[in-house]
Amino acid sequence: MELTLGPIAYHWPAERKRDFYAAIADEAPVGTVYLGEVICSKRAPFFERELPATIDRLRRAGKRVVLCTLAEVMLPRERQATAGLAALDDPEIEINNAAGLLAREGRPHRIGPFLNAYNEATMAWLAEQGATHVCLPTEMPSEAIAIAAQAGRDLGVGVEVQVFGRAPLAVSARCYHARAHGRTKDNCQFICEADPDGMPLTTRDGQPILRVNGIQTQSESYVELLQELPAIAAMGVSHARLLPQDVDMVAVCGVFADRIAGRIEAAEAQGRLAEVCSGRGFSNGFFHGAAGYRRIQAAAATG
Amino acid sequence: MTDTEMTDTDFSTAGELVCPAGTPAALRTAVDAGADTVYCGFRDATNARNFPGLNFTPEELQSSVAYAHARGARVLLALNTYPPAGKVALWRDAAAIGMRSGVDAFIVADMGVARHIAETHPGARLHLSVQAAASSPEAIRYYCQNFGVRRVVLPRILTIPEIRKIKSEIPCEIETFVFGNHGLMVEGRCSLTNWLTGLSTNMDGVCSPAADVTYERAADGSMRSRLAGFTIDSFAPDENAGYPTICKGRYTAPHRTEGFYAFEEPISLNLGRMLPDLMAAGVHAFKIEGRQRSKSYVRSVVRAFRRAVDSIRAGGEPDLADLVALTEGQKETQGAFQTKKWR
Repeated sequence: MELTLGPIAYHWPAERKRDFYAAIADEAPVGTVYLGEVICSKRAPFFERELPATIDRLRRAGKRVVLCTLAEVMLPRERQATAGLAALDDPEIEINNAAGLLAREGRPHRIGPFLNAYNEATMAWLAEQGATHVCLPTEMPSEAIAIAAQAGRDLGVGVEVQVFGRAPLAVSARCYHARAHGRTKDNCQFICEADPDGMPLTTRDGQPILRVNGIQTQSESYVELLQELPAIAAMGVSHARLLPQDVDMVAVCGVFADRIAGRIEAAEAQGRLAEVCSGRGFSNGFFHGAAGYRRIQAAAATG
Repeated sequence: MTDTEMTDTDFSTAGELVCPAGTPAALRTAVDAGADTVYCGFRDATNARNFPGLNFTPEELQSSVAYAHARGARVLLALNTYPPAGKVALWRDAAAIGMRSGVDAFIVADMGVARHIAETHPGARLHLSVQAAASSPEAIRYYCQNFGVRRVVLPRILTIPEIRKIKSEIPCEIETFVFGNHGLMVEGRCSLTNWLTGLSTNMDGVCSPAADVTYERAADGSMRSRLAGFTIDSFAPDENAGYPTICKGRYTAPHRTEGFYAFEEPISLNLGRMLPDLMAAGVHAFKIEGRQRSKSYVRSVVRAFRRAVDSIRAGGEPDLADLVALTEGQKETQGAFQTKKWR
């Protein structure tokens, strides 16, 4: 099972992204890096100038680079951006919206987690239409992941599962970051840049519950499947995805790489991750078919 | 009736009123009140209103289709959830039962389900559910080209000029929601309920399930509404305690220490005033949300919209008073349809 680094969900400044990917290129033990703006089309221009150099930098470090399309495609600029990416044959692309599938016209591509490939029938259809790789929706439980992984092997399609980072829970046409600041999406002034790990929402009883990232709603706690990694690999899942958060991601990649290679047990890995992600909570409920926020100690999943 | 005999129902009249049928009784009520079309689902995860006490057995569907057809109304079967791997057969069986029952179209979201119906039941008419979140001409054309989709139910995120533009670029009919619950998240892309409850909107057809709802009154008379133990809102003694839907709750943020509606207020969509504009923009069918609603609600809403559509068809103005009265005393919105500022 290979580690991948998913796209940055947040509006980090271009310099920060550039430095981030330089560090990933030099130090992070991941095989594939997904780039591109998936959440908000207004943010995309900020990093466009840096993109070619970043792709080059990552490739020189031996990483496979994949460009991602937007999850939501509605406005003319979003349609154009999607069609533009779909026209590329190099680097690879990950498609997150059916608009991208139309534009891709059957040429090879990857399927992103926002495209809703939940089952073997949909995977078979997509594979016939050129999909070479499928990232499953984060909310899928282990039994379904196992069957999807088997289907992936039968179809010759890579299967990827998110094992780290906030769960993407919803997208909207409305920008909740702008709304929280009394603005509209068209007049947002990029207020989301102030929250590199999302804007926390807390219940009126003081319990942290969700994070707002522009039009996206995420979980408060980070998904963390360190304990389950051997079981996930045994299912035949080919790739494990880490989503960038506002922590030392090189260190996070290191913990997961050590765990995948069997160099450390789950408990040690979790201890190291807790240090790297000081103050963050962890969850694995989705994988166990439970409420996503829960953290379940599953004896059967250790190994 | 054999499986391949879906009659090619005539859906050609614009201004079609598509009404909710949570139960056989609600279906008869909607048909009697003037629905052109009703939509319903089975009592399982194959549809996005998988709520206790709602929906149809196969036998009920068959007799309900007969009731509707005898009165010139059409029946759409919602198979609009996403089967998790390993459970696809439930959706395929539901499609086969729908065919045998004589439904007039299927409402689908999952590509695997759409492809199965297109190939196994080639006479079947497919509508693309709002759960597919097809909000661009390209996405809609993808489903039309590959699965023969004849109608798209548009996400509730587009303005009327945007709808007009889309209509000019797609080969199928458009259905839009005009009344009822106003969903804030892109449908088919929301796992909020699963995060808190362990039941998935996409895979189980569940949203903020009643079984996980609790209300708690404090000593000072204030009321908290909770979902799976999480406080979704709290209400002063003189406030009406609303249902704890996650995207209609009040939360705090670092710079908003008073609870605020981070996503949307508890509000209803009412596009009654916009019906003529929607028709002019090329909207073919008007959808009323509310399979979970009572028969009396269905009766009054369907009657009001029936009268409005009939007067528009006759070249007159709709009786707005009727439509406005439906949400009298409640907060209502025209949501995204009116202005981009909604975003």
